[in-house]
Amino acid sequence: MLKGVKIASVLAAAALVLAGCGSSGDASASATAPTSSVKVGMAYDQDGKGDGSFNDAAYAGLSKAQTDLGVQIKEVNSGSSATDASREELLTLLAQDGYNPVIAVGFAYSTALGNVAAKFPDTSFAIVDSVVDQPNVGNLVFAAEQGSYLTGVIAASASKSGHIGFIGGMEIDLIKAFEAGYVQGAKSVNPDITIDSKYMGAAGDNTAWNVPDKAKAASAAMIGNGADVIYAAAGGSGLGMFQAVKEAGAGHWAIGVDSDQYTVPALADYKDFILTSMLKRVDVAVYDTIKGVVDGAPLVGIQNFDLSKDGVGYATSNSAVEPYKAAADKAAADIKAGTITVNTK
Amino acid sequence: MNFRRFGISLIAPLLGVVISVAVTSVILVAINANVGDVFSSMIRYGTSPRAMTLILNLATTYFLSALAVAIGFKMNLFNIGVNGQYVLGAVAAGAVAGALTLPKIPSVIITILVAMVVGAAWAGIAAWLKVARGVSEVISTIMLNFIAIAIISYVIVRTSVGHETSLNVRGTKEIAESGMLRGLALLDEGTKIYGFFFISIFIGIAYWFILNRTRFGYDLRATGHSASAARTSGIDARRMTVVTMLLSGAIAGLVGLPYLLGEAASYNLNFPTDWGFTGIAIALLGRNNPVGIAVGALLWAFLDVASGQLILEGIPREITTIMQGLIVIVVVISYEIVRRRQLTTEQTRVAKALEAQGVSA
Repeated sequence: MLKGVKIASVLAAAALVLAGCGSSGDASASATAPTSSVKVGMAYDQDGKGDGSFNDAAYAGLSKAQTDLGVQIKEVNSGSSATDASREELLTLLAQDGYNPVIAVGFAYSTALGNVAAKFPDTSFAIVDSVVDQPNVGNLVFAAEQGSYLTGVIAASASKSGHIGFIGGMEIDLIKAFEAGYVQGAKSVNPDITIDSKYMGAAGDNTAWNVPDKAKAASAAMIGNGADVIYAAAGGSGLGMFQAVKEAGAGHWAIGVDSDQYTVPALADYKDFILTSMLKRVDVAVYDTIKGVVDGAPLVGIQNFDLSKDGVGYATSNSAVEPYKAAADKAAADIKAGTITVNTK
Repeated sequence: MNFRRFGISLIAPLLGVVISVAVTSVILVAINANVGDVFSSMIRYGTSPRAMTLILNLATTYFLSALAVAIGFKMNLFNIGVNGQYVLGAVAAGAVAGALTLPKIPSVIITILVAMVVGAAWAGIAAWLKVARGVSEVISTIMLNFIAIAIISYVIVRTSVGHETSLNVRGTKEIAESGMLRGLALLDEGTKIYGFFFISIFIGIAYWFILNRTRFGYDLRATGHSASAARTSGIDARRMTVVTMLLSGAIAGLVGLPYLLGEAASYNLNFPTDWGFTGIAIALLGRNNPVGIAVGALLWAFLDVASGQLILEGIPREITTIMQGLIVIVVVISYEIVRRRQLTTEQTRVAKALEAQGVSA
């Protein structure tokens, strides 16, 4: 298991380097277009791709594997009123059709994946944001609180009013960790800072990830109360925060989540207001999982993607974040060194 | 039984299916899919033993949800609150069943009763608001849905009823095997037909019997046809409203149980929360008739299950959602057209008969 973690960290680093090269020049990497017989099955939860955030980050990793490794891909989503039974059937169909690895995006798949992984011991599985105790499953978990600490540092440094906001998706421990890190980071810069927090749905309210109108109203209310920087960890609902910040105009900043939302084409209208994004490198985790299978060394066990493995971080694609980089990088170094411990609650 | 009427009640759903297949084909052509392949693979997969089992299981849930809505419809009560009633019923049932250590039969009976009582109580609030305060049940039940979700999340997140069942997932304590109704592997070796499938057949028969063979059922249908006429003939309309809402809520309370006792074993925060709306559509399809509802539920479940296979073939699963929507619209419209046609023919027939007797209108 330790070995797996080690491999993961090396791969994560490698993937980041590759991602860094990006479009500029990967001629050396693909002198001949690579092909592979590996068929990757990817299952998103509910409506899947198009949230410009979590699911799209997973897709970015998949599509990178498709170009860089030449694997074949198949994407499915579970639909809006999915049950464990319907999720299990989707994963079974993928495994049955020879897809290997099968990657489930989201903790909602945990029960279903556990059952299917036991039925197909020769197939490699992976799950994002959950832990399934099976020998053929890689559990891709993230230290989102560490990345959120950095965005908290940036938010507090950028705020002129000493008042910032947080928009959460569903009020569950997974998302509360984002809030906890953000609050702790912000208070490390300005202990007297005011932080408004609002969740888009109670635990169990499946609409929470997809109510941009509600997120817009909540963000507008925070701005009305004097907040000038807002961070949303709310999946598709985050769009509403971008709208509210843009309407509030210059002097107000939005902080995105999961993907580098400054570069998401669907959010191009709002990019001038996106100061940075907390990066949860689901793309790296997905890519590493696929690479592991292609190389004949599938990732198994708990793969913890934290700051030390660049599994979380913050985006620098908007140059407006420059003035705050020093503070954020200092915090990152302290977290890696262990001099700062970030709360998850 | 009037054969013409029977024919008409068959034609509407058939028309719905035909038109929705036709429109879906056009959409499939527009997205460059092979129409023949799509429908044949839906049918091929949908008739495989595992898929058929999944269809029966899902249809069980839809059937109960539609029955709950249909009871209200029979009395012109629009219970949109099945969602709230069943999630509360399922949480309470899950919590109680998780705490029980009894043999199977008493354990399951208690679980069912808890779900029915909680569902009925939640619907009872809307009933009380209607008869005591004149609040439309359409408004109150939909509002109560939101409150129900909030209560559930409070109970599962903040009280000892809930605990972490797996990383990032909280739910009620897992029900012991002795409290489950996992069912029988009749069609497929690996997948079982939920035990509740058989119970819901019985509930369907009871629904038919109560509505058509009892004094209460007669009063209910009479009030539904004409509240003022029913009142004149001595039926207490307020009492009927309360009893009907309670019954509707009691059945609604059961909607989550096939899945809870057949599969999930714990009400966790991934539990689907919108089966009540599906029930409304299926009650409309089945015209509040238990056989019609069963057929509608099977059709709906078939499309839902088949969508999983379609998506593997690169066809978006929304195609089946479009088909479901079209079927409902066409069926509702054709029933309405037929009803109006019958009304006019009836009027002309009566007018002619009166004329023949020399009575002027």
